[in-house]
Amino acid sequence: MELPAKTFQVTRADLVRYAGASGDFNPIHWSDRFATKVGLPGVIAHGMFTMALVGRAVTEWAGAPDAVVDYGVRFTRPVVVPDDDQGTEIEVTAVVREVTEDGLTRLDVTATCLGEKVLSQARATIRTAR
Amino acid sequence: MSLDPSFVGRTYPPTAPYQVGREKIREFATAIGATDPVHHDPAAARALGHPDVVAPPTFPVVVTMAASRQIVEDPALGVDYSRVVHGDQRFAYNRPVVAGDELVCASTIEDVSTRGGHGFLTTRTDVSTVAGEPVVAVWSKIVVRGEA
Repeated sequence: MELPAKTFQVTRADLVRYAGASGDFNPIHWSDRFATKVGLPGVIAHGMFTMALVGRAVTEWAGAPDAVVDYGVRFTRPVVVPDDDQGTEIEVTAVVREVTEDGLTRLDVTATCLGEKVLSQARATIRTAR
Repeated sequence: MSLDPSFVGRTYPPTAPYQVGREKIREFATAIGATDPVHHDPAAARALGHPDVVAPPTFPVVVTMAASRQIVEDPALGVDYSRVVHGDQRFAYNRPVVAGDELVCASTIEDVSTRGGHGFLTTRTDVSTVAGEPVVAVWSKIVVRGEA
């Protein structure tokens, strides 16, 4: 079963807010000068910010923000966030891989930006709604 | 970047307790656009059986940061932080983190390898309350990029 796709817009302002809230002030997430110096195309989103947005999709699909029992991803490609009002978009989809007898649902999640996968092996296990 | 494989199995002493504040959870939830009242309103959290507002699933990275730093900045391991990129991340939860938790992190290096000139380091951090209740296990793999 495929779950309804969710789209998240990501702007520079979001990265600044996430840096402050998470305490991750690595300049590759806010300085083009620094990002390009280390060989990136420009400022990129925190991997953990992408993972957090995908986590939101997972909890929304689950219907409960406390239902996640296991959640893991591999970061495969940076999410480049241009310095404009639109930023970029991350699209998240998932398929139900398994529903276990003890009430767990396993999801295989796909996250893409500009048509390219930004995560691989993204999997979440959620407790089926009570 | 070559990392010393003899570090596999090394454990680090527990970090100082992290006091999970209600406002920190709200701030983090707001930053990721998580508007569910369970992250913001203690009454909504209590209705689901939690003592206070519930942190979003990736919030534990805020708590494990000091433990990660302990390893990445271990001079004996010698990671060049300017060459680090995040490889994998995983959380296995006993229960969600909630406001009021006082959490300590104990880390172990689970794997160290070098492939194609890049170093790979996998750590496991067990997050538990100061009373010893396990809350979440956190795995993180970082890649230390080799010189091009």
